[in-house]
Formats: sequence, C-alpha cells, structure tokens
Amino acid sequence: MTGKTARTEGIRFLLGEEARQLEDIDPNTTVLEYLRRVEGLTGTKEGCAEGDCGACTVVVAERSGDDGLTYRTVNACILFIGALDGRQLITVEHLQGAGGGLHPVQRAMVEAHASQCGFCTPGFVMSLFALTMNATDTPGRRRIDDELAGNLCRCTGYGPIIAAARQACKVQACQDQAGQEAGQPPAEARAQTEKRINQRLRRMESPETLHLKGRHGEYFAPKTAAALGEILARRPDATMVAGATDAGLWITKQGRRLDPMVYVGQVAELKEIHLIDEFLVIGAAVTFDQAHQAIAGEYADFGELIRRIGARQVRNQGTIGGNIANGSPIGDSPPALIALGATLVLNRGGGLREMPLEDFFIEYGRQDLNPGEFVQAVRLPRRRGEDGFRCYKVAKRFDQDISAVLGAFNITLENGRVARARICYGGMAGTPQRALACEQAIIGRPWTEETVRAGRRALRRDFTPMTDQRAGAAYRMAVAQNLLTKAHMETTNAEWPTRLVGKREAAHG
Amino acid sequence: MDNATPVEAPGAAGRPHPHDSGRKHVTGEALFVDDIPAPADLVYVHAAGSERAHARVTRMDLDRVRAAGGVRAVITAGDIPGVNDISPTGTDDDPVLADGLVQFHGQPLFAVAADTMRQARAAARLATVEYEDLPAILTIEEALEEKSFVLDPHTMRRGDADKGLQDAPHRISGRIRIGGQEQFYLEGQVSLALPGEDGDMVVQCSSQHPADVQHQVARVLGLRANGVTVIVRRMGGAFGGKETQAAQWAVLAALAARATGRPAKMCLDRDDDMVMTGKRHPFIADYDVGFDDHGRIQAIKYMFASGCGFSADLSASISDRAMFHADNGYYLDNVEIVCHRCKTNTVSNTAFRGFGGPQGMVAMERVIEEIARKVGRDPLAIRKLNYYGGEGRNVTPYHMTVEDNVLPELTAELERTSDYGKRRDEIAAFNRTSPVIKRGLALTPVKFGISFTTTFLNQAGALVHIYTDGSIHLNHGGTEMGQGLFIKVAQVVADELRVSLDRIKITATDTAKVPNTSPTAASSGTDMNGKAAQAAARTLKGRLRAFAAGHFGVDEAEVEFRLDRVGAGKHEVSFAELVKLAYLNRVQLSATGFYRTPKISYDREKAAGRPFLYFSYGVCVSEVAIDTLTGESKVLRVDILHEVGRSLNPAIDRGQVEGGFIQGMGWLTSEELWWDSQGRLGTHAPSTYKIPACGDRCEDFRLTLLGETGNREGTIHRSKAVGEPPLMLAISVFQAISDAVSSLDDYRTVPGLDTPATPERILNAVNGMPAGPGKKP
Repeated sequence: MTGKTARTEGIRFLLGEEARQLEDIDPNTTVLEYLRRVEGLTGTKEGCAEGDCGACTVVVAERSGDDGLTYRTVNACILFIGALDGRQLITVEHLQGAGGGLHPVQRAMVEAHASQCGFCTPGFVMSLFALTMNATDTPGRRRIDDELAGNLCRCTGYGPIIAAARQACKVQACQDQAGQEAGQPPAEARAQTEKRINQRLRRMESPETLHLKGRHGEYFAPKTAAALGEILARRPDATMVAGATDAGLWITKQGRRLDPMVYVGQVAELKEIHLIDEFLVIGAAVTFDQAHQAIAGEYADFGELIRRIGARQVRNQGTIGGNIANGSPIGDSPPALIALGATLVLNRGGGLREMPLEDFFIEYGRQDLNPGEFVQAVRLPRRRGEDGFRCYKVAKRFDQDISAVLGAFNITLENGRVARARICYGGMAGTPQRALACEQAIIGRPWTEETVRAGRRALRRDFTPMTDQRAGAAYRMAVAQNLLTKAHMETTNAEWPTRLVGKREAAHG
Repeated sequence: MDNATPVEAPGAAGRPHPHDSGRKHVTGEALFVDDIPAPADLVYVHAAGSERAHARVTRMDLDRVRAAGGVRAVITAGDIPGVNDISPTGTDDDPVLADGLVQFHGQPLFAVAADTMRQARAAARLATVEYEDLPAILTIEEALEEKSFVLDPHTMRRGDADKGLQDAPHRISGRIRIGGQEQFYLEGQVSLALPGEDGDMVVQCSSQHPADVQHQVARVLGLRANGVTVIVRRMGGAFGGKETQAAQWAVLAALAARATGRPAKMCLDRDDDMVMTGKRHPFIADYDVGFDDHGRIQAIKYMFASGCGFSADLSASISDRAMFHADNGYYLDNVEIVCHRCKTNTVSNTAFRGFGGPQGMVAMERVIEEIARKVGRDPLAIRKLNYYGGEGRNVTPYHMTVEDNVLPELTAELERTSDYGKRRDEIAAFNRTSPVIKRGLALTPVKFGISFTTTFLNQAGALVHIYTDGSIHLNHGGTEMGQGLFIKVAQVVADELRVSLDRIKITATDTAKVPNTSPTAASSGTDMNGKAAQAAARTLKGRLRAFAAGHFGVDEAEVEFRLDRVGAGKHEVSFAELVKLAYLNRVQLSATGFYRTPKISYDREKAAGRPFLYFSYGVCVSEVAIDTLTGESKVLRVDILHEVGRSLNPAIDRGQVEGGFIQGMGWLTSEELWWDSQGRLGTHAPSTYKIPACGDRCEDFRLTLLGETGNREGTIHRSKAVGEPPLMLAISVFQAISDAVSSLDDYRTVPGLDTPATPERILNAVNGMPAGPGKKP
C-alpha cells in the first residue's frame, strides 16, 4: 500500500540498553501493558490508565543531535507501543548501577522518607530521574512542582518528595561536575553513554514508513507529510494518533480498537516550529512542551496556560494539533489560539487550505475536516507591541486539571478605547467559542468599568453553559463575567493583586 | 567485654529508621498483588455494574458474554455456592452480586473470567440487561424526608439540652453540609485467588482486614474458615477503603477460581474502583447552640445525618464516631446529639481515615465560628474559652472523663510560635487594600479518641520465630498500607531482643499465622500489634534468659542482652550462638503474643463509658488566600504542633502528620464527589476527582512533633497513635477560607460555605455575603 517505501520489520527500540524488535504485536498495546505483561517488568504501575496519576511514568530518550539524548517523561498507560520506534525506553528497573547501587534519585527518596505505600514511588523516581538529567542547576520549588504535577501521591503530602528532589539534583549536579560519586557515571561517562545510545538509535532510524500488518491489526508510522497524505487517501477509515493523551483512553476506558492506526508523531514536517513573517507556525505534532517557550515568548499568559495544561508527562506527549483536531469542548489551547486570531492549515493529499481556527469547530464532536485530510499546522500571529493578551484557567485544582472555565482576552486599546477585541471561552459551550456579543458590547467604547458591565451583560447572550461534574451553569457564567472584570483590572494596571498563581507581572511584558 | 555498657540496638524504638520497604519501593522491587508473577492459566475477572441507581432486573441475557472470545466463566448471583452476602457486621444487606434488585448505579451484577483483562471487559459489554426502574433516593435530604435509613438512629445526652438552650442569652442554629471523600489509594482493589485441594482457597489480597476477607470468602464459597488463607504483604494505600470493601473483589476472584479451577485475579480499573467502592460518608449537621455574652457554650443540640449509601457496612460505628467527636476539644454542657443513618441509592460508604470523626469536628468548628461572629471575637478566643478544663468541665457527651487534655498548652505554644496575633493584624491590613484577593487565618485543635469503639476489636496477636541461625521471623495481625506499621513493630522487637534490625524478617500478614485478627484501623495498629509482638519477644527472651542462666551457671539477673550479643556473667556469646545452643538443648524458639487494650468499656445502650484508652491531640494554624472573582483558594502557610507521645519512629510519624494533613486539606477543598440526577458518579477518575497535587503543598510548612514525656497510658513505649488524628488538622484550612470570605463584611457574618470548599462553593459564599467595607460591588 505504501509501495516500496514501507518498512515492515517491526517496532525497534531500546529497552534500557537491550534492543527489542516487535513484529507480531497489537498496535493497540500500551507501553504499560507491554512492560508488565510481556517483559514482566512490574516496577511500573497502573494507577488510573488515563494519564492522570503518573504511577506509570517512564522515560523515553530520543536522539539530540549526533551525540546527545533528550529525556522526557511519559505516561506508559496511554502511550501506544509504536511510539517507541527508534527510541530508548527507560524504566525504574534501569536506574540502578551495575553493582546494584541506588541511583542518586532513589537514594534521596529513601533518605528523605519519601515513600510510604510505595505504589506511586517508581513514577516519582522516573520524573525525578528526568529532572536530574535535564536540570542544569538546582531547581526551585516551582520547577519541582511543575515536574511532579503529574505524579499523585496520596500518602506523604509531598513534603519529603520535594526534599528528595532538591537533594537528588544537588547530588547529580555534584556528580556531573566532579564525577566523583561511585555507582553513577560522571559527566564524561554520561556523555559516552549518550553517544553510544544515540548511535544505536540512529541505526534504527529509517526514512521509510513503518508499516505493521498482522493478525492484531494494522499500523502506519509515516515519516513525511506526503506519506501521511498517501496513507490517509487510501485508508480514510484510519485513526490518526499523535500523543495519544486522549486517544489512549478510547482504548483503556472505552474498550475501542484503533485499526488501522496512523501515528503522526514522526512526520518530519509536522514536528517543526517556524517563524514566518508575522506568524509562529507550529506543526500539528509539536508537543506542548516543545511549543511552550516559543509561545511564552510571544504571549506570557499563553505560556502560563500551557504550563497548566495536563502535567509534564501530558505536555511531553500531547500535541497542539491533537488538542485541536479531536475537537474537545474543554481543550485548553483553542480558546487562546482563537482569541489570538490563529489559523489552521489543513492538508489533503498535498493540497493545503487555511481557515480561521474558530471555523474549524462546527459543533460538539464535529470538526471541518474532510476524509483523508489532516491538520498540518497552526499559524499564530506574533505579538505586536505590548503583550496585552490575558488568559485565565479556572479549575478545582491549579495543576493538571481540566478547565471549568477558560477565558482568553485579546483586547487592543487605542486612546483608552477598545479598538479591537477577540474574546474566546472554553467550557462555556459545546466547542471553544468566541463571545461575539461581548466583543460588540465593548468595541469602540472607553475601557471603563461601565463598559465592562456592558460586556458582562452581553456574555449572557453569548452563552448558555451547562452543569456537570466540573462546575454548575451559574458558576460558569459568573466566572466568565468575572474574568472579563479581571482582564479589565489587569489591563488598566490595578494596584492590587489579582492572581493566586502565575505571574501577572510577566504578563505585562 | 563483660563490663561493656549495653549498647542500644540500632533501629530500636525511637529512631527515624526508613520504611522497611523504602529501598524496594524506589527500585520497583516491592511486589504488590498485581506484580506477583502470573501463575500459569491465570484468568482475569471483571465485574459488570448496574446501569441504574434503583431498579428491578427484569431480564439479564448473558449468552453473548459466555460465547465471547477468551471467556472461561460467567458468574451471577445464582452461581454462588454459599451465602450471597458480605456485610461485615451481620446486617445481611451487602450482596456480592445483585440478585434481581440493583440499589446503586454500578452495583456488580455479574462477573466475567477470561484469558485477558481486555477480553473480560469486552465480553461484559455484550450483556443484555433490562430494568424496571424504582424510585431512587440520591441525597441525604431526600432520605431524611422519606425516612429511609439503614440503621436506627442513636442518641448521646448529658445534662438538659432543651432547658440549657432556653436559658442561654444567645442562641444560633444552622446547618452545614459536609461532603464525602474518595480514598484514592493509588493501588486499586486487587485480589489473586489460588484454588487448592478440598476446595480450599489461598487469596493474596490488598486488604486492611485479612480475617474479614477470609471469613467472607469462606461464607460465600460455602467453606469453613480453615479452608481459606488470606495473605497481605503490603497495600498501595488503603486509608480505610480496604477495611471491609476489599472482600467483594477477593470473593469474586475466589468464585472465578472455583468456577474455572484456575488461579484468578480481580484487579479493579480505577473508574470501576471509584464507582463500585464506598467512600467517606457525607453528612448533614444541624446545630442549635446556646452561649453567654463571652461566647461560652451553655447548651447544644446536634442533628447529624450520615449518607450511608445502600447498605450498613460500617456505618454504625462511623456515625457513632462522628458523635464521639462532635465536641472536638470543647466542653459541652447540656448536650444532645442525634445521628440518623440515611439509606440512599448510592454506593455503600465505608471507613476513611478519621472514620466519622472529621465530620463531627467540622460541625463543631462551624459552631465555634458562629459564636465568634455573633459575639464579635476572634474564633481563637472562643476556642480557648470552651476547651475542656478541670473538674466540672472535663466530661464528654458520652460521660468519659478527659484526663489527658493538653490543648490549652498546645494552643498557647502555637499561638506564640506561629505569630498568630501579628499575622491576624497583617491580614486585616492586607484585606483592606486588596479587593480581589482576600486572606484568611484560623487555628483549630484536634482531640481524637484512640481505640475501636467496638470494644471487642481491641485485641491483637503476634507470632515470632527464631531460627537456628539467629534470624528472626516476625509476624502479627496488622497490615502494612504504607503507614510504617511493619518497621515500627520490627523496631519494638529489635529493641526487646537487643538485636539489630536487619536480623528481623518482616513477613506478610497471614491468616494462617495469626488468626482472628482485627482490621488495621482506628489508628490502633502500632499500639496493639506492637504490644502483641513485644509480648511474644518477651516470652522468647525469657526462655533464652532462663536457658542462658542455667547453661552458663549464673543468675537470670546476670544475663544481659546486648547488641546482637548476650552476656551471662563472665561469658558472652553472639545472639546466634545462644540461639543455636538453646535449640540443641530443646528450648522452644517460637512464641505467640497477645494484647487486649486495658481500661476501656462502653455501654452503647446508655451511650456512656470509656470507649477510648486515651486521646491524641494536635493544633494547626493555616493561612489561605482566596480569589473573590473565581473562588479559587490557595494555602499559604501551615504551622502544626502535633502530639505523638514518645515516638517509636519520628520520621514515620512526621510522614503520617504531613500526609494526613494534606489528605484532609484535599477533603475540604478540591475533592468533590459529584453525582448526576440519575445517580451516576461523574467524578470517577483522577481527571475529574482532584486530590492535592505537589504544588498544593505550601512551601511554608512548619511541623513540630511533641510528646517526649510520653503517653500517660501504658502504650507501647509510651507512644501515641498517629494514623488518623492529623487529617483533622486540616479543618484549619477550611476555617481559614471561611475567615477570608468573612472579611468581606468585616467578620460579622458566617459565610454559607459547605465542604468541600471548591472554587464554586467559595464564589457562591462570596456572592452570598452582605455588602461590607471589604466587598467590591
């Protein structure tokens, strides 16, 4: 089907330092199932099978240049096995030194009394392992919180784990500098190991589409947009999967099967971020983590929003394209993108079309996507002048929660009047939706409390929110209105504090 | 060597030794039930739940389920060989599988055993079930209205509440609704059943109560207890949720093993676990309190109503404990407490750390807040005014004399060390200039009674072997769920025998080794099992001492146990050498130990007696900030003084206090259980049910453990129980949030805030406040 360019010899990856090649495996198998049932590696636990507790956290290492590796934590419970192709999978079983000595992270956890029941512990150890591999200096509390937000612990209250994180990073930094601690490779040894792994992974790489077809189902992992287009043209029934932070649940929770499955996470063109003219062009398979800095550099509040999307593991896996393409009414990035006037680039067999993002969402569960078509990129207009963009996520918990209401406000003032306004909310309707009546109520008027009151009233015409487990309808409306008030306070430099988390100062550019 | 000073054994009582499984936890080597290598021919069991909250099942066609790929057995109520009931207290209202009548959405209807878990789940979806709906009662309010109860109400009385209320200068009545809480142990419910000869069954289980699992498996399978062995090495958290409600899954695994002749594993998916297992009881608390001009309570009447779900489970004791703690740390003159146990068409609620106590205390602290706002004083002043005191002010509503109260001292100390007064002023100043963000502060106490209030449960057993190489095998009836029980008990035994800790093998709880055990619950695990293990060790030590005296020809008083060595007059041998000698001389090297808690007795009919051996105490100050535009809240600083007696292991105890506090904070803030109008639980996974995350643990967290002078009661090494009490320290967070809202009208009004204080409830409370100087229009 994909002609001469398909590779069929199976999923190839490194498990620790051991090579694996899986030819006869169900592409719907999660990495967690594979580890526990096939490899008998039971250190990685299942806590929720939906990517929300982190007990299954493992680290995936990828090539970085010709010598190095990047390490990212992922939730094994919702990661499909095919995503390991060409990568190294590191689990809690792989951390100990050859002599059985504990990794500094493990030692710090024991010494800090950071495990009680121990069930979440391997996941925390892996998150801390990634932190120590990626941190260049001793991380502050906020960094630790961000790295651990996706790991739930019900016993300790986190205090000892935070202490262990600090201690481990200190030890690791010492080792990287001096390379003196026994049992753990110093910086030089680490570099050699990474180079060796990098080379082994490079030998696994192939420009060809990985194609599996067996008794368990069919799987494609194309490497180019052209190959992806070709596959979708021939198999319009295929399901595209990127980070699988949502699609993984279709299998673990809904009992569905994805067959054929097309993994877009290795399509080169979809993984790129470009600055083109006045636009930031973000490929659909770019993860939230990869896009974070570029977006935060343009719009501080959007950066803060991304920090609060899912948690580290989800941002390492999940993609902006996926967040858009699956059309969730509560996806966090679309309201911000819509308020900022982002457009969507769709690709069908090489033919491109572009549309305003808000037009993509037709109604709950329905998007303007033709058979055989895929989301190629999002074009986000860059900031012009001062960063006046404001965006607020309101949920029951600050980290790793789904928004009850998300408000995004792109209001341009000229001479004290609202010259332009694009306001978009999540959680208020079946899709992310612009507040057009509210916009009309404030455009052209002086940016005063009275105008805000008019805008607040208009929101009642824009939305009829629903009641569900996240919030009641009345609360959603009240918060939607209050967020407009908050945006007004912040854009008129109110002297009092307006935020419990995140930096309002940063938002002032 | 003979004159060497005895060396205290490392790891002995009082040292901050790491958790015994710490190293195995961090390497992933610690085996949980689902990690035990799968036996050949293992089948996986999945339970299919009701799709209605209350209905008669008119048709259940499972033919397609049976025919599905990989299916080895399908089990319905009709397939149960013994009794279809696992009610833990003999109320006969807890079917393993619903039989014609479903009483909550998600109630197990049938079970499928298949070669893989995916096959079992896929097969279950093929069932055709038809229902005839019955009226469903989903809330406590509806149950009160309909007089729908699982058990009779219970009343505690002292003095004359009605007269006291009439005579009081001030009187306030009100209601607070208190939410439930999902245990959210990270390891879901899991059991592995291995069939044996004679129809016997060995069950590896994640349970706080192996003896109950043994009993239930035997009853349902039609076996005697001696045909069932239950083994629990460790749990991945439990918090009460695996006290009685591990049994159902163990029973289903055993039924599948019986039906297929194969080993069977039942491992609940998180969503199923949250839908199918019970939680902390939600409560309604109505109060009517009378007090004087200073705010001293003169009389109070409480009407509690606990939401029990569809069956009794442990609701009798849980509801009683809410009543036992409706005083928290305060003397209540002329008191009457009534508690109704409401039956609703929801999952049967069960034990959760605190066991009803937290709900009683939340109600009491709201009453304090009401009084404070009414008389215009800081709530802390009202708390201090009403603490238990000496003669005449030291008897509880259940007629027990409080002998060990330290709350006045702890409060004074914490008020000083936390800068309460200064911060109170700073917060007032901040709030005056901050219209959106408001801060709040509260100091609340905890007084928590230690002992099972069901008196007969206060017993424990242990078994200690010494092998001929000098290694020690330690076993007792307590279970390890992360709380550090095993290391504490091992420390006790090491201390007793003066051996190093690594000589002791801590072994899985096993109904074949120590029989008829009580659940590891009520914070009593260390108190009871530590004493039982100590008794066994003392027996062995006594035998070794007597043997050594005879063998070396010295007085017993001259036999001295040193670190891994034993001296006898001029002689000194290693512990292992002495053991070997004792064996060769036919000394029994195995002993059991037993403990029954002294002094306690309680007459439930009269609601009077001494249900508790002692009380554990702590105090906490929390400072919070709220966002009055969104209702979000954040804890800024926590100061805790908590009394643990002479700690067996301060590191473990700190972990219990910190962890308990954060868990309590979750209960009162972000953890909301939400059912829809059909009785379906909407918050059935961590995506929608939000326990605290790392970032919710405030950076400024100051914890001090107290109690070096030791428990006045003769507990194990004079330590105090620490499992449950710290959870209730978090009531200070809820009170601080309420304080922040109250600032909106200059602290004149108690906000209409129920628990959990989610952003939605806080915003509603903010919007419900009368306009005041602090409130933006």
